[in-house]
Amino acid sequence: MTSQTEAIDRAPALGSDPQEAGAGFLTTTAQTARRTLLQFARTPQLLAMPAINAVLFTVIFRYVFGGAINPGGDIDYVDFLIPGFVAQVWLWNVMNIPAGIAEDSTSGVHDRLRSLPIPRAAVMAGRSVADTLLNVYPLVITLGLGFAVGFRTDAGAIAVIAALGVILAAIFAFSWFFIGLGLVAGNAQSAQFLATLVVIPLTFVSAAFVPVDSMPGWLHWFAANQPVTVLINAVRSLMLGGTDVAGIDQTTSYWVLLSLLWCAGILALFSVLTSARFARSR
Amino acid sequence: MTAIVEARGLRKRFGEVEALAGLDLVADSGQVTALLGPNGAGKTTFISAVATLVRPDSGELYVAGIDAWSEPGRVRRMIGLAGQSASVEPAMTGRENLDFIARLFGLDRRQARAAASAVLERLDLVDAADRLVRTYSGGMRRRLDLGASLVGNPKLLLLDEPTAGLDPRGRMELWSAIRNLVSDGTDVLLTTQYLEEADQLARHVVIIDHGRTIAAAPPGELKSRVGQDVLEVRPRQTSDLPAVEEVLGLVTAEPARGDLDTGTVSVSADRGAEQLTEALRLLVERQIAVDDIGLRRPSLDEAFLALTGHDAELAAQANAPAALDAA
Repeated sequence: MTSQTEAIDRAPALGSDPQEAGAGFLTTTAQTARRTLLQFARTPQLLAMPAINAVLFTVIFRYVFGGAINPGGDIDYVDFLIPGFVAQVWLWNVMNIPAGIAEDSTSGVHDRLRSLPIPRAAVMAGRSVADTLLNVYPLVITLGLGFAVGFRTDAGAIAVIAALGVILAAIFAFSWFFIGLGLVAGNAQSAQFLATLVVIPLTFVSAAFVPVDSMPGWLHWFAANQPVTVLINAVRSLMLGGTDVAGIDQTTSYWVLLSLLWCAGILALFSVLTSARFARSR
Repeated sequence: MTAIVEARGLRKRFGEVEALAGLDLVADSGQVTALLGPNGAGKTTFISAVATLVRPDSGELYVAGIDAWSEPGRVRRMIGLAGQSASVEPAMTGRENLDFIARLFGLDRRQARAAASAVLERLDLVDAADRLVRTYSGGMRRRLDLGASLVGNPKLLLLDEPTAGLDPRGRMELWSAIRNLVSDGTDVLLTTQYLEEADQLARHVVIIDHGRTIAAAPPGELKSRVGQDVLEVRPRQTSDLPAVEEVLGLVTAEPARGDLDTGTVSVSADRGAEQLTEALRLLVERQIAVDDIGLRRPSLDEAFLALTGHDAELAAQANAPAALDAA
C-alpha cells in the first residue's frame, strides 16, 4: 500500500543519509495506518463486533420495534429504516476508537512514536485513514442485510454508492474527533464512557429510527439539526431516490452538500485540535 | 570525553508536584550511565525530557551537544527510547514491529528489512521473529522493545526501568543484551530502582531524589560509600525484637535497627558469614525463635542512608535515629 507514496515521500531526503531524515508524512501515515489495520485483521473479536452489532440492531428495529413505528406517508418502515440505519451504524464502531487511543497513550506506544523523527500529525492521520477503511466492510454488510430483510429502492446503484461515499466522508471527519477524545480521556475506561455519551444522543436523537417530528420541541430542534441527521437525510434521499420519497423537505443535493460541509468543518477543527494535542510536549 | 547528555538546573513542575528541582547531570559518551532513585524521584521525567517528550520549565539540556529545547527534531534522530512498559504491537510479529519502527526512521523497504534482521539477530530473537508478539513471554517482549529502540541505530539509547516486572531469568537476559550493546558503541542512559542493576550495567551511577542529583560516581566507589552487607533477622515473636537487636548489636558492635512493620532487625555486617554464625549461636543460646535469618546486599534505602544521611522515602519507618547515627 506504500509503493505509490514512496517516490514522492523520499524526495526531500535525497542525497542525505536516510537515517538523518526520518520518515515523511505519507510514509508515516501509511505505516501507522497499516499497524491499526493489522491489529484489527488479526483480532477476530474486533472484526466480528461490527457485523454482530449490525445484525442485532437491524433485527431489533426491523422486527421488534418496526411493527409499532409508522414513518408516515406512503413509505414502509423497512424502507425508512435501512438508509437511516446505514447512515449511523459506523458511529457504533468509531465509538471504540477513544479506548484504543487511550490505551496507546498509557502503554507507551505514543511516547515511542513521539520520540521518533516523524511528523506527529501523520500518526493521527494514519489512525484516521485506517478507521475509515475499517468501516467499509461493516457498511457493505449492513446494506446487504438491509436488502435481505426487505429493503427495496428504485434509486439505482450509482445513488447508493454515492450515499456510501457521503458516509465514508463523515467517518473520516468524525474519526479525528474520536481520536482526540481518546487523547484527552486519560484512560480506556473514561474514554469509552465519554464516547458512549457522545454516540447515544447522536444516533438515537436523530432521524435514523423514527421521524424527528414525533419528538417534543426541544429535542426536536436538536434531532432535526444535528450533523448525523443531516447525513441521514442525505443518505436517505439518495438511497430512496429523492427527498419527497424520503418524506423530508429541501432537495437531495441540499442535504448532500450540507452534510459534506459539516464534515469539512469537523475535519478542519478536529484535525488541528487532535494533532496539536498529540504533538504537544508535556 | 564528551558529554552525551548534559543537564544544568533542570526544573519541571506538574501541578503541585515538582518532578525536577534543579537537576544537574553529566553523562559521558562511551558508557552506560544509570539513574538510580526511588519511585517519584524524577527519573522518568528526566528521561522523557531527554527524549523531547517533556519540556522543562527552566534549565538547560543538551543531547550530544544539541539543545533539546530549540532543536528537538535533531535530538529525535539520535535517540532510541524504550519506556517502562513494552510498547510493541501484540498483533504484529517481532519482525513486523521492528520493520515498522525502521520505516519511521526513514529507511526504505529493503534497508528496513535488513535493519530488523540485524536487530533480531543481536537480541537473539531470530527463532521467534515471525511469531505474533502476543505469543511472546514478558522477557521476550522487553527484548523486542529494546530492539525497537535500536533499529534506528541511535547514538543514545534511553531505557526507563528496562527490567521492571521481569522475572529473574528475563532480567538476566536483558542485562546481557544491554551489555552487548555497549560493547558495540551505543551510549546508554537507563533508570533503575535497584542498586544491583546499576552495579551490573553502569560505569557511572547518578543517584537522584526529589528531582535533584544526590551523588554521582562509578558503582565501585558508590558501593564502598554505601557500605557492607546487611545481616537481617526476623524473630517469630514481635516481642523478641528488642532481644534480637541486642544480639545483633553484640555481634557486630553496630547499632541494630528494628522495624515493627516488617518485624525484622537489620544491622550492617563487615564480616558477614562469621557474624551470621555468631548471631545464630547466640539466638539459639537465648532461645529466641526466628522465622528468617540471612545476609543481603544493602538495599537502595540503605544506599540512600549511607550517602545522604536520610531515608529515601521511609518517613513512616520511625526507627530513623539509630539509622542516622549509623550513617
